[in-house]
Amino acid sequence: MMQVLRPLIITTGLLLIWQLIVWLTDAPTFILPGPLRVLETLFSQFPLLMKHAGVTLIEILLGLMLGVLLGLASALSLVTWGSLRRWLLPVLVVSQAIPVFALAPVLMLWLGYGMASKVAMATLIIYFPVTAACFDGLRQTPIGYLQLARTLGASRRAQLLQIRLPAALPALGSGLRVAASVAPIGAIVGEWVGSSSGLGYLMLNANARMQVDLMFAALLVLAVMALGLYFSVNLIARRLTPWVSESTSSTSRGDSR
Amino acid sequence: MDIELRQASLHWQQHCVFSDLNLALPSGQWTCILGQSGVGKSSLLQLLCGIADEASISGEIHCSDGLPLSSRVAWMAQRDLLLPWLSLLDNVLLGARLQQGRRPSSEQRELARYLLQQVGLGDRATALPAQLSGGQRQRVALARTLFQDQPLVCMDEPFSALDAINRLKLQDLAAELLADRTVLMITHDPLEALRLSDRVLVLQGSPVRLSDPIVPIGSTPRPVTDPALLELQAQLLQLLMEGAA
Repeated sequence: MMQVLRPLIITTGLLLIWQLIVWLTDAPTFILPGPLRVLETLFSQFPLLMKHAGVTLIEILLGLMLGVLLGLASALSLVTWGSLRRWLLPVLVVSQAIPVFALAPVLMLWLGYGMASKVAMATLIIYFPVTAACFDGLRQTPIGYLQLARTLGASRRAQLLQIRLPAALPALGSGLRVAASVAPIGAIVGEWVGSSSGLGYLMLNANARMQVDLMFAALLVLAVMALGLYFSVNLIARRLTPWVSESTSSTSRGDSR
Repeated sequence: MDIELRQASLHWQQHCVFSDLNLALPSGQWTCILGQSGVGKSSLLQLLCGIADEASISGEIHCSDGLPLSSRVAWMAQRDLLLPWLSLLDNVLLGARLQQGRRPSSEQRELARYLLQQVGLGDRATALPAQLSGGQRQRVALARTLFQDQPLVCMDEPFSALDAINRLKLQDLAAELLADRTVLMITHDPLEALRLSDRVLVLQGSPVRLSDPIVPIGSTPRPVTDPALLELQAQLLQLLMEGAA
């Protein structure tokens, strides 16, 4: 019962504080609209919001998919070929010193104002955390598992696919969770820099026209979307690793004996 | 198949663990090596299993059938090493899964089921290892070792993580299921060595040497109440104490 009630109480509490600030400061609606006003706009502008939300969602999902696939592939190659690690790992680390946001204008220039540049942003922003998490996970296979696999006559390929990879799944899950929570940032920043659709575009546009209520409504939609994404990814990650117990799922690295 | 290790030496980080060591494992017998922690028993076993990676090793291994020993050893460690994402049945089938790309034949599955039954876990075939107690997990590890069906079984303190009662039960089970096999077991428990093995060797001293075999009488597993056994245990403890001094 409390489980259902608690989020409700927190939400109402926050909304009340919001409304209170509006009343106390007597802010004009183009600076800070009240929650009711935002809800009203949410409903009246629902089709418009959904149209732009759809674009952003597709960008996020594509970026997430590409970033995870690339990250997983990179981690697997780094683990498989030791010499590649010596060449590629420094490049990867150095590349992280460049903020992805700084690349946004260049990406826009190269990939155009359409969806491609936003997908690229989202992909870039999650590529490194996913690679790092998978690589760490793949490297930290308990040594006993590998020794056992060798006495069982397993080839290197079988060791990688049947021992190292499943043992890295909990770490991969952590990487996926991080990816799911930062992917929306990539897409939104991409839209801010230059686009003609998407929630980021809508927010920027509404802000410029002093339609702050619409901006807040877009923000709300974005938050709901990001939360939904995080929880679905969390669920998938948990399904993939049924042997990791609930209490340790966020911290464990698959060592569990 | 008799197996003989000749003039084996093993160095680990420039430190000599043992050198010029000879060990004979007669066919169909349990040989036990006793010694304190850190004397190099596990290294010796890993050398035979071909997994002594970080050490530089030399020596010859001779098998009486003239073939190389590598990949013909079943290894059972102190930790059960069950893969937490596989069911018990798949853990027993691990050797087949790793070699045949996850597709064990139906005979192999049948055999694995039978072995799980033998270790008393026939009705838990689909359970995950996390649902088992330490003793049960080690039983599954024993079934996996049996499934490999290799000419030499190497066990590295296989029961040392268990409580006393579970340890005795598992010793009995292992003695029954591994009878007539060539087994090398490493342990630091004199009673365990004397209950289960046909020959007991002590690894100690500096430089490290293997003692002459002690041969307990009677058929294994010997009862813990046997006075002759307890007498031998006292002697062995004495010997180990002297070595440690």
